[in-house]
Amino acid sequence: MKYPALELHMSIRKSGLALLGLLISMPVFAEGGIDAKINEAIEPFADAVASFVFASFPLAGVPFPFVLVWLIAGATIFTFYFRFINLRAFRHGFQLVRGDYSDPTAAGEVTHFQALATALSGTVGLGNIAGVAVAVSLGGPGATFWMILAGLLGMSSKFVECTLGVKYRNEYTDGTVSGGPMYYLSKGLAERSDKLKSLGKVLAVLFAIFCIGGSFGGGNMFQANQSFKQVVAVTGGDVSWLADKGWLFGLVIAALVGLVIIGGIQGIARVTSKIVPFMAVVYVTTGLFIILSNFSEVPAAFAAIVNGAFSPEGVAGGMVGVLFQGFKRAAFSNEAGVGSAAIAHSAVRTNRPVTEGFVALYEPFVDTVVVCTITALVIIITGTLDPGVDPSQGVALTSSAFESSISWFPWILTLAVVLFAFSTMISWSYYGLKAWTYLFGESMITDIVYKVMFLFFVVVGSSMELGSVIDFSDAMIFAMAFPNMLGIYFLLPVVKKELNEYWADYKAGRLQKFGGAANRT
Amino acid sequence: MTQVLLVGTDCSDCSHRAVDYAAKWAKFANLHLYIVHIIQWSPFTFNTPQENEERHMRREAELERAHSEILDPIVADLRSKGVDAEGVVRHGHPAETLSALANELDATNIIIGRKGESLIKTKLFGSVASTLVQISDHPVTVIP
Repeated sequence: MKYPALELHMSIRKSGLALLGLLISMPVFAEGGIDAKINEAIEPFADAVASFVFASFPLAGVPFPFVLVWLIAGATIFTFYFRFINLRAFRHGFQLVRGDYSDPTAAGEVTHFQALATALSGTVGLGNIAGVAVAVSLGGPGATFWMILAGLLGMSSKFVECTLGVKYRNEYTDGTVSGGPMYYLSKGLAERSDKLKSLGKVLAVLFAIFCIGGSFGGGNMFQANQSFKQVVAVTGGDVSWLADKGWLFGLVIAALVGLVIIGGIQGIARVTSKIVPFMAVVYVTTGLFIILSNFSEVPAAFAAIVNGAFSPEGVAGGMVGVLFQGFKRAAFSNEAGVGSAAIAHSAVRTNRPVTEGFVALYEPFVDTVVVCTITALVIIITGTLDPGVDPSQGVALTSSAFESSISWFPWILTLAVVLFAFSTMISWSYYGLKAWTYLFGESMITDIVYKVMFLFFVVVGSSMELGSVIDFSDAMIFAMAFPNMLGIYFLLPVVKKELNEYWADYKAGRLQKFGGAANRT
Repeated sequence: MTQVLLVGTDCSDCSHRAVDYAAKWAKFANLHLYIVHIIQWSPFTFNTPQENEERHMRREAELERAHSEILDPIVADLRSKGVDAEGVVRHGHPAETLSALANELDATNIIIGRKGESLIKTKLFGSVASTLVQISDHPVTVIP
């Protein structure tokens, strides 16, 4: 038996290592005012895209981007259409993650837990640390309320996306799988009717293009940029030896990412994938420790969150302004409706696609309802919110909130930020690659072209101040939500059918349960 | 119902002794003998998307290799000696999976080798044999 993907990997590894050498010459391009030139060249285009995606209409004096309405409205519609699936499947989702329904003879395949953990490592990251600080500073404590609400609604969006992702994935003869919005948009809509076939194709291509853009931007440059800033901040700020060596930081990160994605050195990825959950636990535990050690202030903090949500003081735009901040950061953080997670979730081994939908409920829950709320509480309780914060300084704000309780924590936080950024890059390089190969086909050449471009943007992201490119990359990630959610509306009946059949089996006890620790293998 | 014996093997010396012992027993009592190899695996690990994508392919390869390199030679050898043997490969925690498999097949006995590692090492990392003795619902024979 031959394994083409494996052989492909070996040959990529050889040529890839040679290409890593190319990266060494990158600082030459990165320095010497090239950043300004790139900025100039790309600015009109980037601004046009950004202003289109973030086109807003005034709501109670606050410019409210249409894409946010699109995401939240969709999440709300899905929640009602599936009769609060986010709440009623919560317990069953946990049973699935725990492996109660996993057939022991299928042991060794990708489990629900593994698919969820992989997807989570792509979403838990800077959004939870930096984004929340900005939301709470600009929108007051009340922003937390709307963030949690958006997280709960977002669970329904993830449910739909991930069910579809598994249902319409491609399974290749060599045993590998590929899934995601590209596939459910094209295959799913074609299945609905002939008329929708071409629409599905258009949406899939649009999604893939935006996904590639997002993978270079929000999933890469933004991560590199923000983690570099935090490293500089913790090593002494402007006087840090690293302060003007963004390119060096970028090179190191690019080399590490390159070793994983081109070199096929899975060891690094494996180490990271073990440290990242550990760092997340450290972060959450420390947050809880700070909250509990100020326990007397917790009721007041919750009161501030609830009161601030409906009648905030001193927030631009009043309640709408707070709501905007909360919704925006939740959407940034959990990416529900964006479609990215469906790519990661598709790898699970199950013959009931809807089960992965239930499991995916936990993604926005853990990301937004748990981790973001902890960050928000720490910031509120320690009183570090700063209404005049520069939105690019979110990490610094969270860092000082933790520092006010535990003086050495910024060092841990820096490590967490860099690792989160690294794992997010690995995840997004995969999402982008899937979109890229969807457009250009799977071959060694297309593969390597994408990966080298990806590494190039790591260096670019950490060595340059590219305001408009960063805006552009955020815009690309959110643009993914347009084709994705539009297509999903057409596919809702498909998900409903899957859900109803499964739920009837579940309620009637027709699903085989393999409970008990001994069988849980 | 045919009675079955289960023997755990991990291609080390001690498991060869366990296989020999089980084979004698199976032949003597005319029992069906399962030669089991467990590939260490946990459902709760953190993987990269790439690893997940290739997981099914790699699992197939692991199963094939376990059969061709470990079990098939043993089974062929035992059959030539007149033992009714069969090879089984599973992924999972060795002791838990052996125990679950014994329940599934309603095994008469589980036979397993013992590595005889130092006490400290066993305290730290546990041992398949002692864990199996603790959790199994079926009699366990440990071959030194």
